[in-house]
Amino acid sequence: MKKTLLNITVNDETFELYIKPKKLLVEVLRDELGLTGTKRGCNTGACGACTVLLNGVTVKSCSVLAVQAEGAEVTTVEHLADGAKLSALQLSFLDQGAYQCGFCTSGMLMSATALLNEEPKPTREDIKEGIHGNICRCTGYNSIIRAIEAVAEGKYREKR
Amino acid sequence: MIRDFNYLRASTVKEALDLLEQHKDDYKIICGGQSLLILMRQGLVAPEYLIDIKNIKGLNTINFDRKNGLRIGATTTHRAVEKSPLIKKHYSVLLDMEENLASIQTRNWGTVGGNLAHGDPAGDPGPVFIALNAAVKMANKERERTLPLEEFFIDYFETALEEGELLLEVQMPIPPPKTATVYEKFNIIKNELGIVSVAASITLDENGLSCKDARVVLGAAAPTPKRAKKAEQMLVGQTLDEKLLDKVSEKASQEADPIADIHATEAYRRSMVKALAGKMVKKAWEQAKTSA
Ligand SMILES: Cc1cc2nc3c(=O)[nH]c(=O)nc-3n(C[C@H](O)[C@H](O)[C@H](O)COP(=O)(O)OP(=O)(O)OC[C@H]3O[C@@H](n4cnc5c(N)ncnc54)[C@H](O)[C@@H]3O)c2cc1C
Ligand code: FES
Ligand code: FES
Repeated sequence: MKKTLLNITVNDETFELYIKPKKLLVEVLRDELGLTGTKRGCNTGACGACTVLLNGVTVKSCSVLAVQAEGAEVTTVEHLADGAKLSALQLSFLDQGAYQCGFCTSGMLMSATALLNEEPKPTREDIKEGIHGNICRCTGYNSIIRAIEAVAEGKYREKR
Repeated sequence: MIRDFNYLRASTVKEALDLLEQHKDDYKIICGGQSLLILMRQGLVAPEYLIDIKNIKGLNTINFDRKNGLRIGATTTHRAVEKSPLIKKHYSVLLDMEENLASIQTRNWGTVGGNLAHGDPAGDPGPVFIALNAAVKMANKERERTLPLEEFFIDYFETALEEGELLLEVQMPIPPPKTATVYEKFNIIKNELGIVSVAASITLDENGLSCKDARVVLGAAAPTPKRAKKAEQMLVGQTLDEKLLDKVSEKASQEADPIADIHATEAYRRSMVKALAGKMVKKAWEQAKTSA
Protein backbone atom coordinates (compact mmCIF):
# COMPACT_ATOMS: atom_id res chain seq x y z
CA MET A 1 0.00 0.00 0.00
CA LYS A 2 1.17 3.45 -0.86
CA LYS A 3 2.47 5.59 1.95
CA THR A 4 1.09 9.08 2.07
CA LEU A 5 2.68 12.38 2.90
CA LEU A 6 1.45 13.94 6.11
CA ASN A 7 2.07 17.59 6.92
CA ILE A 8 1.35 18.12 10.56
CA THR A 9 2.19 20.69 13.20
CA VAL A 10 2.75 19.24 16.63
CA ASN A 11 3.42 21.55 19.56
CA ASP A 12 4.34 24.40 17.18
CA GLU A 13 6.83 22.31 15.21
CA THR A 14 6.03 21.27 11.63
CA PHE A 15 6.70 17.79 10.34
CA GLU A 16 6.61 16.11 6.95
CA LEU A 17 6.15 12.40 7.39
CA TYR A 18 5.57 9.48 5.07
CA ILE A 19 3.15 7.14 6.78
CA LYS A 20 0.86 4.25 6.01
CA PRO A 21 -2.66 5.69 5.84
CA LYS A 22 -3.85 3.25 8.51
CA LYS A 23 -1.61 4.85 11.16
CA LEU A 24 -3.58 6.31 14.02
CA LEU A 25 -2.73 9.73 15.35
CA VAL A 26 -1.57 8.20 18.65
CA GLU A 27 0.84 5.94 16.76
CA VAL A 28 2.36 8.83 14.84
CA LEU A 29 2.75 10.89 18.01
CA ARG A 30 4.30 8.13 20.08
CA ASP A 31 6.07 5.91 17.59
CA GLU A 32 7.13 8.32 14.85
CA LEU A 33 7.68 11.51 16.84
CA GLY A 34 8.64 9.94 20.16
CA LEU A 35 6.07 11.99 22.07
CA THR A 36 5.21 9.31 24.59
CA GLY A 37 3.45 11.67 26.99
CA THR A 38 0.23 10.76 25.18
CA LYS A 39 -0.85 7.38 26.53
CA ARG A 40 -2.51 4.49 24.79
CA GLY A 41 -4.96 2.79 27.11
CA CYS A 42 -8.01 1.02 25.75
CA ASN A 43 -7.29 1.80 22.10
CA THR A 44 -11.05 1.80 21.45
CA GLY A 45 -12.15 5.33 22.27
CA ALA A 46 -13.41 4.52 25.74
CA CYS A 47 -10.79 5.69 28.27
CA GLY A 48 -9.50 9.09 27.13
CA ALA A 49 -5.84 8.43 28.07
CA CYS A 50 -4.84 9.35 24.49
CA THR A 51 -6.62 12.75 24.48
CA VAL A 52 -4.84 15.51 22.53
CA LEU A 53 -5.96 18.81 21.06
CA LEU A 54 -6.57 18.82 17.32
CA ASN A 55 -7.02 22.37 16.04
CA GLY A 56 -7.88 23.37 19.59
CA VAL A 57 -10.50 20.75 20.42
CA THR A 58 -10.03 17.46 22.21
CA VAL A 59 -10.04 14.18 20.34
CA LYS A 60 -9.07 10.66 21.26
CA SER A 61 -5.90 10.15 19.25
CA CYS A 62 -6.45 6.37 19.19
CA SER A 63 -9.65 7.00 17.25
CA VAL A 64 -8.44 9.44 14.60
CA LEU A 65 -6.46 8.44 11.53
CA ALA A 66 -3.27 10.50 11.38
CA VAL A 67 -3.99 11.37 7.73
CA GLN A 68 -7.08 13.21 8.96
CA ALA A 69 -4.77 15.59 10.82
CA GLU A 70 -3.28 16.77 7.50
CA GLY A 71 -2.49 20.47 7.80
CA ALA A 72 -3.75 20.53 11.38
CA GLU A 73 -2.23 21.69 14.63
CA VAL A 74 -1.88 19.09 17.33
CA THR A 75 -1.11 19.90 20.95
CA THR A 76 0.05 17.18 23.31
CA VAL A 77 0.78 17.16 27.04
CA GLU A 78 4.46 17.88 26.28
CA HIS A 79 3.43 21.38 25.24
CA LEU A 80 1.93 22.38 28.58
CA ALA A 81 5.18 23.00 30.44
CA ASP A 82 7.62 25.70 29.38
CA GLY A 83 10.88 23.86 29.80
CA ALA A 84 11.04 22.94 33.46
CA LYS A 85 8.29 25.44 34.30
CA LEU A 86 5.04 23.57 34.76
CA SER A 87 1.68 24.98 33.68
CA ALA A 88 -0.91 26.08 36.21
CA LEU A 89 -2.89 22.87 35.73
CA GLN A 90 0.19 20.70 36.13
CA LEU A 91 1.15 22.48 39.36
CA SER A 92 -2.35 22.22 40.67
CA PHE A 93 -2.51 18.49 39.85
CA LEU A 94 0.71 18.09 41.86
CA ASP A 95 -0.55 20.10 44.81
CA GLN A 96 -3.86 18.26 44.94
CA GLY A 97 -2.36 14.82 44.40
CA ALA A 98 -4.61 14.49 41.40
CA TYR A 99 -2.98 11.28 40.20
CA GLN A 100 -1.63 8.04 41.50
CA CYS A 101 -0.33 5.80 38.73
CA GLY A 102 -0.47 8.79 36.36
CA PHE A 103 -1.69 6.86 33.34
CA CYS A 104 -4.78 9.02 32.88
CA THR A 105 -3.01 12.27 33.72
CA SER A 106 -1.94 13.43 30.25
CA GLY A 107 -5.44 12.93 28.93
CA MET A 108 -6.99 14.60 31.98
CA LEU A 109 -4.70 17.58 31.58
CA MET A 110 -5.61 17.97 27.92
CA SER A 111 -9.35 17.75 28.61
CA ALA A 112 -8.96 20.23 31.47
CA THR A 113 -6.93 22.56 29.25
CA ALA A 114 -9.65 22.52 26.59
CA LEU A 115 -12.32 23.09 29.22
CA LEU A 116 -10.60 26.13 30.70
CA ASN A 117 -9.85 27.56 27.24
CA GLU A 118 -13.54 27.37 26.45
CA GLU A 119 -14.94 28.20 29.87
CA PRO A 120 -12.45 29.91 32.19
CA LYS A 121 -14.94 29.91 35.09
CA PRO A 122 -16.50 26.46 34.99
CA THR A 123 -18.95 25.24 37.60
CA ARG A 124 -18.30 21.93 39.35
CA GLU A 125 -20.82 20.36 36.94
CA ASP A 126 -18.96 21.84 33.95
CA ILE A 127 -15.74 20.30 35.26
CA LYS A 128 -17.36 16.90 35.70
CA GLU A 129 -18.76 17.14 32.19
CA GLY A 130 -15.39 18.34 30.86
CA ILE A 131 -13.52 15.26 32.09
CA HIS A 132 -16.37 12.85 31.55
CA GLY A 133 -14.56 11.22 28.62
CA ASN A 134 -11.48 10.48 30.74
CA ILE A 135 -11.40 7.47 33.01
CA CYS A 136 -9.20 7.36 36.10
CA ARG A 137 -8.87 4.02 37.85
CA CYS A 138 -7.01 5.40 40.87
CA THR A 139 -8.02 8.75 42.30
CA GLY A 140 -11.78 8.66 42.57
CA TYR A 141 -11.83 11.95 40.62
CA ASN A 142 -12.30 14.31 43.57
CA SER A 143 -8.67 15.40 43.65
CA ILE A 144 -8.75 15.96 39.89
CA ILE A 145 -11.86 18.11 40.17
CA ARG A 146 -10.31 20.09 43.03
CA ALA A 147 -7.16 20.64 40.97
CA ILE A 148 -9.11 22.06 38.04
CA GLU A 149 -11.24 24.15 40.39
CA ALA A 150 -8.15 25.65 42.00
CA VAL A 151 -6.87 26.83 38.62
CA ALA A 152 -10.29 28.20 37.65
CA GLU A 153 -10.41 30.10 40.94
CA GLY A 154 -7.17 31.82 39.95
CA LYS A 155 -4.92 30.23 42.56
CA TYR A 156 -2.15 29.78 40.00
CA ARG A 157 -2.72 32.96 38.05
CA GLU A 158 0.83 34.28 38.15
CA LYS A 159 2.10 30.89 37.00
CA ARG A 160 -0.09 30.55 33.93
CA MET B 1 -4.89 -4.57 13.64
CA ILE B 2 -6.25 -2.32 10.96
CA ARG B 3 -5.64 -3.79 7.54
CA ASP B 4 -3.86 -1.61 4.94
CA PHE B 5 -5.95 0.41 2.52
CA ASN B 6 -5.57 3.10 -0.10
CA TYR B 7 -6.56 6.47 1.20
CA LEU B 8 -8.45 8.97 -0.95
CA ARG B 9 -9.53 12.40 0.20
CA ALA B 10 -12.49 14.20 -1.38
CA SER B 11 -12.82 17.95 -1.09
CA THR B 12 -16.13 18.41 -2.88
CA VAL B 13 -19.34 16.38 -3.11
CA LYS B 14 -18.72 15.87 -6.81
CA GLU B 15 -15.22 14.56 -6.18
CA ALA B 16 -16.57 12.18 -3.53
CA LEU B 17 -19.32 10.86 -5.82
CA ASP B 18 -16.78 10.30 -8.62
CA LEU B 19 -14.53 8.35 -6.26
CA LEU B 20 -17.44 6.26 -4.96
CA GLU B 21 -18.46 5.42 -8.50
CA GLN B 22 -14.91 4.61 -9.52
CA HIS B 23 -14.27 2.24 -6.61
CA LYS B 24 -17.71 0.64 -6.31
CA ASP B 25 -17.72 -2.52 -4.17
CA ASP B 26 -14.19 -1.87 -2.84
CA TYR B 27 -14.60 1.26 -0.77
CA LYS B 28 -15.72 2.44 2.60
CA ILE B 29 -16.52 6.04 3.42
CA ILE B 30 -14.87 7.55 6.49
CA CYS B 31 -16.08 10.72 8.13
CA GLY B 32 -15.10 11.02 11.81
CA GLY B 33 -14.21 7.34 12.00
CA GLN B 34 -15.54 7.11 15.57
CA SER B 35 -17.63 4.07 14.70
CA LEU B 36 -15.82 2.84 11.60
CA LEU B 37 -12.33 2.58 13.09
CA ILE B 38 -13.64 0.26 15.81
CA LEU B 39 -14.92 -2.13 13.14
CA MET B 40 -11.72 -1.81 11.10
CA ARG B 41 -9.60 -2.53 14.16
CA GLN B 42 -11.57 -5.70 14.78
CA GLY B 43 -11.04 -6.70 11.16
CA LEU B 44 -14.80 -6.71 10.56
CA VAL B 45 -14.40 -4.09 7.85
CA ALA B 46 -11.35 -4.12 5.58
CA PRO B 47 -11.89 -1.93 2.55
CA GLU B 48 -9.47 -1.61 -0.36
CA TYR B 49 -10.14 2.11 -0.57
CA LEU B 50 -11.03 4.46 2.23
CA ILE B 51 -12.71 7.60 0.97
CA ASP B 52 -12.44 10.51 3.38
CA ILE B 53 -15.33 12.98 3.25
CA LYS B 54 -14.58 14.83 6.48
CA ASN B 55 -13.28 17.95 4.75
CA ILE B 56 -15.81 18.29 1.96
CA LYS B 57 -16.68 21.93 1.58
CA GLY B 58 -20.17 23.01 2.59
CA LEU B 59 -21.33 19.73 4.14
CA ASN B 60 -20.72 20.72 7.75
CA THR B 61 -23.38 23.39 7.94
CA ILE B 62 -26.43 24.02 10.11
CA ASN B 63 -29.15 26.08 8.47
CA PHE B 64 -32.52 27.20 9.75
CA ASP B 65 -35.26 29.27 8.21
CA ARG B 66 -38.95 29.70 8.94
CA LYS B 67 -39.98 28.12 5.66
CA ASN B 68 -37.81 25.03 5.34
CA GLY B 69 -36.95 24.37 8.95
CA LEU B 70 -33.64 22.86 9.96
CA ARG B 71 -31.01 21.33 7.71
CA ILE B 72 -27.92 19.69 9.18
CA GLY B 73 -25.13 18.76 6.76
CA ALA B 74 -23.88 15.18 7.02
CA THR B 75 -20.35 16.06 8.17
CA THR B 76 -21.55 18.37 10.97
CA THR B 77 -20.03 17.19 14.24
CA HIS B 78 -22.13 16.34 17.26
CA ARG B 79 -20.35 19.12 19.09
CA ALA B 80 -21.36 21.69 16.48
CA VAL B 81 -25.01 20.68 16.93
CA GLU B 82 -24.62 20.96 20.69
CA LYS B 83 -23.07 24.42 20.45
CA SER B 84 -25.44 25.83 17.83
CA PRO B 85 -27.53 28.78 19.09
CA LEU B 86 -30.08 28.04 16.33
CA ILE B 87 -30.62 24.53 17.59
CA LYS B 88 -30.79 25.61 21.22
CA LYS B 89 -33.49 28.10 20.32
CA HIS B 90 -35.64 26.05 17.95
CA TYR B 91 -34.89 22.36 18.59
CA SER B 92 -33.70 22.16 22.20
CA VAL B 93 -34.35 18.40 22.31
CA LEU B 94 -31.31 18.01 20.06
CA LEU B 95 -29.16 19.83 22.59
CA ASP B 96 -30.40 17.51 25.37
CA MET B 97 -29.63 14.55 23.15
CA GLU B 98 -26.12 15.68 22.24
CA GLU B 99 -25.12 16.47 25.81
CA ASN B 100 -25.76 12.84 26.65
CA LEU B 101 -24.14 11.35 23.55
CA ALA B 102 -20.66 9.88 24.09
CA SER B 103 -17.81 12.05 25.38
CA ILE B 104 -16.75 15.54 24.31
CA GLN B 105 -13.79 14.03 22.44
CA THR B 106 -16.07 11.76 20.41
CA ARG B 107 -18.57 14.56 19.80
CA ASN B 108 -15.76 16.82 18.60
CA TRP B 109 -14.86 14.45 15.77
CA GLY B 110 -17.90 12.18 15.19
CA THR B 111 -20.60 13.42 12.85
CA VAL B 112 -24.36 13.35 12.54
CA GLY B 113 -24.19 11.78 9.08
CA GLY B 114 -21.76 9.11 10.25
CA ASN B 115 -24.02 8.28 13.15
CA LEU B 116 -27.07 7.77 10.90
CA ALA B 117 -25.15 5.91 8.18
CA HIS B 118 -23.69 3.56 10.80
CA GLY B 119 -27.26 2.32 11.39
CA ASP B 120 -26.87 1.34 15.03
CA PRO B 121 -30.39 1.00 16.49
CA ALA B 122 -28.96 2.22 19.81
CA GLY B 123 -27.81 5.51 18.26
CA ASP B 124 -29.47 8.58 19.75
CA PRO B 125 -30.04 10.81 16.71
CA GLY B 126 -32.20 8.23 14.86
CA PRO B 127 -35.21 8.18 17.19
CA VAL B 128 -35.06 11.90 17.97
CA PHE B 129 -34.85 12.94 14.32
CA ILE B 130 -37.73 10.60 13.43
CA ALA B 131 -39.82 12.13 16.22
CA LEU B 132 -39.06 15.49 14.58
CA ASN B 133 -40.30 14.09 11.26
CA ALA B 134 -36.88 14.23 9.60
CA ALA B 135 -35.93 13.32 6.05
CA VAL B 136 -32.49 12.55 4.64
CA LYS B 137 -31.02 13.71 1.35
CA MET B 138 -28.68 11.35 -0.46
CA ALA B 139 -26.93 11.47 -3.82
CA ASN B 140 -25.00 9.30 -6.20
CA LYS B 141 -23.27 10.34 -9.41
CA GLU B 142 -26.56 10.28 -11.35
CA ARG B 143 -29.17 11.70 -9.03
CA GLU B 144 -30.30 13.03 -5.67
CA ARG B 145 -33.12 11.59 -3.61
CA THR B 146 -34.84 12.34 -0.33
CA LEU B 147 -36.30 9.74 1.99
CA PRO B 148 -38.19 10.00 5.29
CA LEU B 149 -35.66 9.01 7.93
CA GLU B 150 -37.90 6.21 9.22
CA GLU B 151 -37.52 4.50 5.83
CA PHE B 152 -33.74 4.98 5.84
CA PHE B 153 -33.10 2.40 8.55
CA ILE B 154 -33.54 -1.16 7.24
CA ASP B 155 -31.96 -3.54 9.74
CA TYR B 156 -29.16 -3.73 12.31
CA PHE B 157 -26.35 -1.63 10.84
CA GLU B 158 -28.09 -1.58 7.48
CA THR B 159 -29.49 1.54 5.81
CA ALA B 160 -31.06 2.51 2.50
CA LEU B 161 -27.72 3.89 1.28
CA GLU B 162 -26.76 2.14 -1.93
CA GLU B 163 -23.30 1.52 -3.37
CA GLY B 164 -22.03 4.80 -4.70
CA GLU B 165 -24.36 6.85 -2.56
CA LEU B 166 -23.45 9.61 -0.12
CA LEU B 167 -25.62 10.95 2.68
CA LEU B 168 -25.75 14.73 2.26
CA GLU B 169 -28.06 16.19 4.89
CA VAL B 170 -30.81 15.70 7.43
CA GLN B 171 -33.85 17.93 7.10
CA MET B 172 -36.42 18.71 9.76
CA PRO B 173 -39.60 20.72 9.16
CA ILE B 174 -40.73 23.49 11.48
CA PRO B 175 -42.74 21.77 14.20
CA PRO B 176 -46.48 22.68 14.07
CA PRO B 177 -47.83 25.02 16.79
CA LYS B 178 -48.42 23.48 20.22
CA THR B 179 -45.82 20.79 19.66
CA ALA B 180 -43.11 19.50 21.96
CA THR B 181 -40.51 16.79 21.43
CA VAL B 182 -38.59 15.09 24.23
CA TYR B 183 -36.10 12.25 24.48
CA GLU B 184 -34.54 10.11 27.13
CA LYS B 185 -32.28 7.10 27.07
CA PHE B 186 -31.87 4.63 29.85
CA ASN B 187 -28.36 3.47 30.58
CA ILE B 188 -26.22 2.49 33.57
CA ILE B 189 -23.22 4.64 32.72
CA LYS B 190 -24.02 8.20 31.68
CA ASN B 191 -23.41 9.02 28.00
CA GLU B 192 -23.04 5.41 26.93
CA LEU B 193 -25.26 4.01 24.21
CA GLY B 194 -28.77 3.51 25.58
CA ILE B 195 -30.03 0.14 26.80
CA VAL B 196 -33.33 1.47 25.46
CA SER B 197 -34.52 4.96 24.64
CA VAL B 198 -37.76 6.71 23.74
CA ALA B 199 -38.43 9.94 21.86
CA ALA B 200 -41.93 11.41 21.90
CA SER B 201 -43.42 14.27 19.98
CA ILE B 202 -46.90 15.54 20.86
CA THR B 203 -48.97 18.12 18.97
CA LEU B 204 -52.08 19.46 20.74
CA ASP B 205 -55.11 21.26 19.31
CA GLU B 206 -55.19 25.05 19.48
CA ASN B 207 -56.79 24.94 22.94
CA GLY B 208 -54.04 22.70 24.21
CA LEU B 209 -56.52 20.04 25.27
CA SER B 210 -56.57 17.06 22.96
CA CYS B 211 -53.85 15.40 20.94
CA LYS B 212 -53.74 16.23 17.23
CA ASP B 213 -50.66 14.25 16.33
CA ALA B 214 -48.18 12.01 18.11
CA ARG B 215 -44.94 10.26 17.46
CA VAL B 216 -43.47 7.71 19.83
CA VAL B 217 -40.12 6.39 18.62
CA LEU B 218 -38.19 3.58 20.27
CA GLY B 219 -34.40 3.31 20.29
CA ALA B 220 -32.36 0.13 20.92
CA ALA B 221 -35.66 -1.73 21.13
CA ALA B 222 -35.78 -3.24 17.62
CA PRO B 223 -33.41 -3.81 14.67
CA THR B 224 -33.91 -0.15 13.73
CA PRO B 225 -35.28 2.93 15.47
CA LYS B 226 -38.97 2.14 15.45
CA ARG B 227 -42.19 4.15 15.63
CA ALA B 228 -44.73 2.62 17.98
CA LYS B 229 -47.54 3.44 15.55
CA LYS B 230 -50.37 1.74 17.40
CA ALA B 231 -49.46 3.58 20.57
CA GLU B 232 -49.36 6.83 18.58
CA GLN B 233 -52.85 6.18 17.17
CA MET B 234 -54.25 5.60 20.65
CA LEU B 235 -53.25 9.14 21.55
CA VAL B 236 -54.72 11.02 18.60
CA GLY B 237 -58.01 12.76 19.39
CA GLN B 238 -57.72 11.97 23.10
CA THR B 239 -57.20 13.98 26.24
CA LEU B 240 -54.55 12.74 28.59
CA ASP B 241 -55.21 10.84 31.77
CA GLU B 242 -53.31 8.19 33.69
CA LYS B 243 -55.43 5.38 32.27
CA LEU B 244 -54.68 6.34 28.68
CA LEU B 245 -51.01 6.86 29.48
CA ASP B 246 -50.84 3.38 30.91
CA LYS B 247 -52.51 1.82 27.88
CA VAL B 248 -50.30 3.74 25.47
CA SER B 249 -47.07 2.74 27.18
CA GLU B 250 -48.20 -0.90 27.40
CA LYS B 251 -48.89 -0.82 23.66
CA ALA B 252 -45.48 0.74 22.91
CA SER B 253 -43.81 -1.99 24.88
CA GLN B 254 -45.72 -4.64 22.86
CA GLU B 255 -44.63 -2.97 19.65
CA ALA B 256 -40.96 -3.15 20.66
CA ASP B 257 -38.95 -6.00 19.21
CA PRO B 258 -35.87 -6.06 21.41
CA ILE B 259 -32.98 -8.46 21.72
CA ALA B 260 -31.37 -9.92 24.83
CA ASP B 261 -27.68 -9.15 25.24
CA ILE B 262 -25.11 -8.57 27.98
CA HIS B 263 -26.84 -5.32 28.96
CA ALA B 264 -30.40 -6.52 29.41
CA THR B 265 -32.88 -9.31 28.78
CA GLU B 266 -35.70 -8.91 26.31
CA ALA B 267 -38.30 -8.64 29.08
CA TYR B 268 -36.27 -6.02 30.89
CA ARG B 269 -36.01 -3.93 27.73
CA ARG B 270 -39.79 -4.18 27.25
CA SER B 271 -40.40 -3.02 30.81
CA MET B 272 -38.03 -0.11 30.35
CA VAL B 273 -39.71 0.86 27.07
CA LYS B 274 -43.02 0.90 28.91
CA ALA B 275 -41.67 3.08 31.70
CA LEU B 276 -39.90 5.49 29.37
CA ALA B 277 -42.75 5.73 26.85
CA GLY B 278 -45.17 6.78 29.59
CA LYS B 279 -42.71 9.28 30.97
CA MET B 280 -41.88 10.79 27.59
CA VAL B 281 -45.49 11.08 26.36
CA LYS B 282 -46.48 12.80 29.57
CA LYS B 283 -43.51 15.15 29.46
CA ALA B 284 -44.04 16.07 25.80
CA TRP B 285 -47.75 16.63 26.46
CA GLU B 286 -47.06 18.98 29.38
CA GLN B 287 -44.53 20.94 27.35
CA ALA B 288 -46.80 21.11 24.30
CA LYS B 289 -49.48 22.83 26.41
CA THR B 290 -47.24 25.79 27.10
CA SER B 291 -45.47 25.86 23.73
CA ALA B 292 -46.27 28.56 21.17
C1 LIG C 1 -16.85 5.65 23.14
C2 LIG C 1 -17.99 5.91 22.21
C3 LIG C 1 -19.24 6.20 22.73
C4 LIG C 1 -20.33 6.46 21.89
N1 LIG C 1 -21.53 6.76 22.44
C5 LIG C 1 -22.58 7.05 21.63
C6 LIG C 1 -23.86 7.39 22.18
O1 LIG C 1 -24.05 7.49 23.38
N2 LIG C 1 -24.88 7.64 21.31
C7 LIG C 1 -24.73 7.57 19.96
O2 LIG C 1 -25.67 7.81 19.23
N3 LIG C 1 -23.52 7.25 19.42
C8 LIG C 1 -22.46 6.99 20.22
N4 LIG C 1 -21.26 6.65 19.66
C9 LIG C 1 -21.17 6.50 18.20
C10 LIG C 1 -20.57 7.65 17.49
O3 LIG C 1 -20.61 8.86 18.17
C11 LIG C 1 -21.26 7.89 16.17
O4 LIG C 1 -21.61 6.75 15.55
C12 LIG C 1 -20.43 8.78 15.34
O5 LIG C 1 -21.09 10.01 15.35
C13 LIG C 1 -20.22 8.33 13.93
O6 LIG C 1 -19.82 9.43 13.16
P1 LIG C 1 -18.46 9.41 12.37
O7 LIG C 1 -18.42 10.64 11.57
O8 LIG C 1 -17.35 9.16 13.30
O9 LIG C 1 -18.72 8.15 11.41
P2 LIG C 1 -17.70 7.11 10.81
O10 LIG C 1 -17.21 6.22 11.88
O11 LIG C 1 -16.70 7.78 9.96
O12 LIG C 1 -18.70 6.31 9.86
C14 LIG C 1 -19.71 5.46 10.36
C15 LIG C 1 -20.37 4.73 9.19
O13 LIG C 1 -21.09 5.62 8.37
C16 LIG C 1 -20.60 5.66 7.04
N5 LIG C 1 -20.67 7.06 6.62
C17 LIG C 1 -20.18 8.13 7.34
N6 LIG C 1 -20.57 9.28 6.76
C18 LIG C 1 -21.29 8.96 5.65
C19 LIG C 1 -21.97 9.73 4.65
N7 LIG C 1 -22.01 11.06 4.67
N8 LIG C 1 -22.62 9.07 3.65
C20 LIG C 1 -22.62 7.70 3.63
N9 LIG C 1 -22.01 6.92 4.56
C21 LIG C 1 -21.36 7.55 5.56
C22 LIG C 1 -19.22 5.05 7.10
O14 LIG C 1 -18.88 4.42 5.90
C23 LIG C 1 -19.39 4.06 8.24
O15 LIG C 1 -19.98 2.89 7.78
C24 LIG C 1 -20.15 6.40 20.49
C25 LIG C 1 -18.88 6.12 19.96
C26 LIG C 1 -17.80 5.89 20.80
C27 LIG C 1 -16.47 5.60 20.20
S1 FES D 1 -6.59 4.86 24.31
FE1 FES D 1 -7.78 6.25 23.23
S2 FES D 1 -9.57 6.35 24.37
FE2 FES D 1 -8.47 4.79 25.40
S1 FES E 1 -4.03 8.13 38.30
FE1 FES E 1 -4.08 6.07 37.71
S2 FES E 1 -5.60 6.10 36.19
FE2 FES E 1 -5.73 8.05 36.96
